[in-house]
Parts: sequence; C-alpha cells; structure tokens
Amino acid sequence: MSTPTITRKISTRESTTVTLLLIGVALAYLLLFLGLPLVAVFVEAFKKGWQLYWEALQEPDAWSAIKLTFIAAAIAVPANLVFGVSAAWAIAKFEFKGKSLLITLIDLPFAVSPVVSGLVYVLLFGAQGWFGPWLQAHDIKLLFAVPGIVLATIFVTFPFIARELIPLMQSQGKEEEEAAVSLGASGWQTFYKVTLPNIKWGLLYGVILCNARAMGEFGAVSVVSGHIRGLTNTMPLHVEILYNEYNFVAAFSIASLLALLAVVTLLIKALVEWQAKRSGEPLHHGA
Amino acid sequence: MSSFKAHSVLPGFNLALGFTLLYLSLIVLIPLSSLFFKTATLGWGGFYDVATSDRVLASLRVTFTTSFVAAIVNALFGLIVAWVLVRYKFPGKRIIDALVDLPFALPTAVAGITLATLYAPNGWLGQYFAAQDIKVAYTPLGIVVALTFIGLPFVVRTVQPVLADVEAEVEEAAASLGAGRWDVFRRVIFPAIFPALLTGFSLAFARAIGEYGSVIFIAGNMPYISEISPLLIVAKLEQYDYAGATAIAVIMLLLSFSLLLAINALQWWSSNRGAR
Repeated sequence: MSTPTITRKISTRESTTVTLLLIGVALAYLLLFLGLPLVAVFVEAFKKGWQLYWEALQEPDAWSAIKLTFIAAAIAVPANLVFGVSAAWAIAKFEFKGKSLLITLIDLPFAVSPVVSGLVYVLLFGAQGWFGPWLQAHDIKLLFAVPGIVLATIFVTFPFIARELIPLMQSQGKEEEEAAVSLGASGWQTFYKVTLPNIKWGLLYGVILCNARAMGEFGAVSVVSGHIRGLTNTMPLHVEILYNEYNFVAAFSIASLLALLAVVTLLIKALVEWQAKRSGEPLHHGA
Repeated sequence: MSSFKAHSVLPGFNLALGFTLLYLSLIVLIPLSSLFFKTATLGWGGFYDVATSDRVLASLRVTFTTSFVAAIVNALFGLIVAWVLVRYKFPGKRIIDALVDLPFALPTAVAGITLATLYAPNGWLGQYFAAQDIKVAYTPLGIVVALTFIGLPFVVRTVQPVLADVEAEVEEAAASLGAGRWDVFRRVIFPAIFPALLTGFSLAFARAIGEYGSVIFIAGNMPYISEISPLLIVAKLEQYDYAGATAIAVIMLLLSFSLLLAINALQWWSSNRGAR
C-alpha cells in the first residue's frame, strides 16, 4: 500500500528547490509591497519621538478631522446597512423581473472613479448645479460642508454590505422563513429570529469593510470637501494637507491612526472569517 | 403585479424593494445621470474638443498604460502568491494570508504618502534605485508602484479559491500518463485557473484606472508625463470648468466599460474553449 502513495506524492509536487524559490518570490513581493509600507508608516510617525507624535494628535485641527471622520462613518455605515438588508431581502427572498439588472446597478459605485463620485454631487449641488440656485435661495449649504462629505462617503461605500448579503441570503434559500411565517410569525419576528442569526457573520463582515472604506475615503471626499481646516477636513484630507506643508511627522502621526484602523479591520475580518467557517455560514469574499 | 413578481408567502416585498429603488435612485442613479446631462450641454463639438485636447489624451495614455502594467505585474506575482498560499505550508502563513487584504483596508492617502516616502531618492528603497540612476517617485514608474499596491489583492483573491478546487486526481492522472510537473501546470492547472486570473486582472485594471489618492503623492503630477486623468478632472474642477471635468469623466467611463466588455468576451471565449 505504501509504495503507490509515495510515488503519487512525488509525481504531483514540485522539487524542493522550486518550492523554496516560489515561497521566496511570494514572500519578497508581499514584504516589498505590503510589509515595508506598513512598517514605514509607524517608523515615520515616531521618527522625532513620542512627544511630537502626541502633540500632532492633540492639535485642534487634527481633533476636528478625527471627529468628522467618525461622524461621516457613523451616518454612512448604518444608512448602507439598512439599504443592504432591504435590498438583500427583496432580491434573495423573492422572484421578480429585472433582478439581475438591479444587482448590476447596485455594484455601479465600484465601477466609478472616486473623483467622479465626488464630481456628481458637485454637478447636483454646486453653484451651477441642478439644485444649486434653489439651495442658495434657501441658504442651505450641502457642498463644501459636512452633508456633502457624508453623501460622498455613502456613495463610495454604497455596495459593500448589499453585495455581501445578497449572495449569502440567496444561498440560504427561503424555506426557513416560509416555515416561520406559516407558523404565525410576523415579518419582523421572522427577520429577527430566523434570518438575522443566519446572516450575522456576513453582516458583520460587510459592516467592517464598509466602515474601513468610509473612514479612509479620499478622492470623493476631497472633491466635495472644500478643504476648510477644522471644519470640512476628514483624517485622510488632513494627512494630505500636513504632507503638502512638509509637516511629515504630523502627517504620518494621523496616518498611523488610519493604519492602525486598517490593521484592526484585518484582524476582525480574519476573526469573522474563522467564526463563519466554524458555524458553517459561507462568506462571499469580495473586494 | 402578478406578471412582475412570482407569488410568495413572505411579507415585506413592497417595502424592501420600494426602499431599495428609492435609495438607489437618490444616492446613485440621479447623481450619475447628471454626468450625461452636463456633458450634453457641451454639444458634440465641445465634447470632441475636450476629448482630443493634447493634455487629456496624454493623461488617458498615462492612466491606461500604468494601470495595464500594474495589472500585469499583479497577475504574474498574484498567481505565485495564490499558488504558495494554497499549495504550501510554512510558518506565519495565516498572518501573510490576512495581510494580503491590506490595500483594501489601508486608506489610499496613507498608502500614497508612505510609498512616496519609501521611493523618494533618499527613501529606504529609493536610494538603491537612485544609485542605479533610476527615478521611481515623481515619474510614471512611481504611478505603477502605487497602482500595483492598490490592485494586489484582486488576483490573489480570485485565483485562490479556484486553485484550491482543482482536483488532485486530474493532476495525478496527467502525471501518471508521463507528464512532467511543468506540463501538468501548463496543460491542466493553468487552463482551469485562467478565467479566474483574467477576472482578477480586469478587477485590478479597473480599480487602477479610477485610482486617485495613492497616486497623486508619488506621481509628481507633471502635465503630459505623469498626470493621471482623475487628477486632471480635479484640476478642471478647481478652475470651475465643470463641463470639461465631466467630459473627461464620461470618456473614462466609456473607455473602462468597453475594456471590461472586451475582457468579459475574452473570458467567455476562454471558458467555452475549456468546456469543449
């Protein structure tokens, strides 16, 4: 019995030299493009010591940028969560015409450059835009103000939760929900007691990715922000301003917070993947 | 109603679909449609003038060539990374696997200033290139570096699951019939993963074309040489040339859509060929 096993192993494996070479190339590539930049952010941030690092973070403009970033994410993520759940409920649990077109349209914001995502809101709400004169007449400021930043953030993170939940809920079918309803449960009861426990890991997965993008978005927010220090700067925009002023330590200090957010995101993501695998809930791994 | 939607005992269809369509229209469809209405105000002549101006053509050339090169680099090395992660065991593999998604999680502005610092002539990596008289930061080569970073996870994540599904029996059969390891890869494994590789390539390519944040810090942004189209859109906006900015946006959208169509056709052709 043992002889065929050995020949089989030899015949479908590469030689040790090739194996080591491939692992070496892969690790060198990842180290060069991922490892080194991640380390460099923190090295640059602490280059002039802890003192300057703390001072950079306590600066009032930095604080207001941190606050605005959290406000934008705190509105965009729940809004897209409600949308993602209702889109997935309609698409996964019912049969209707035009479903695949709807799925394609939901993915649309991923196909658009971040800069163009900001541009469309300038075209709508800018002084020369469709609603510009009306907004001006009523003294409402959307563009170059917080509402514009929130809208642009919602746009770029629009598909994250929906595209995570749609395939997941489609793969789970609707028999369990139908059983609950025929036993007399209301729609909301069915959702909370039957659907939600089945999709909790996928939901969390989508929320984490959505949040990381919401807090880190640069291009779209940059176009609608107006870059008013202390008022309409998010953390990524503040990083840009500091960097362009050659204030590298301060720029990398703020950047290190965002890098920390990225690392925490990756950690939770790996944890969620592991939990989902254990509970047998298939995750849709997507960008 | 009955012809539009199949009967179901589950409640909430009207509410869920109604909200979905309302939200989709308000956030995405109406704003995006403004692009085409704004472009229409230029008229064909005006649109043609913007589209064929030297600076716009140069920026499109820079954007599409650097994106293409970065996607090729990612296809090649992404395939190797996916192979190593699926086929081999080594210490720290799970951490490496999780790290692959870093470009999705790290804000693009952070990536931009970090890569610019690393590849500047006095930076950790830039000094070695400078010694060979190669400038990376503030040249198109720097743009390729940033776009390679941004697109890195796409090929790995599309190829990984397909590679894991290639059945060992098929490889064993080929090997037992006398095929060498390289022949097995070339004739058995590669055709199976090629559609996934193409998907990953086109995702990385499409992402690179629109990318802004990570590029502008390292590119140097010299008109005609290292100025990407998204930056030109921002430049036009800052001069209040909204119609011009929109025209470039529409050209970029049309070009990327036709590219994705072509890649989809190629994919359809290759998977049909494989099925035969």
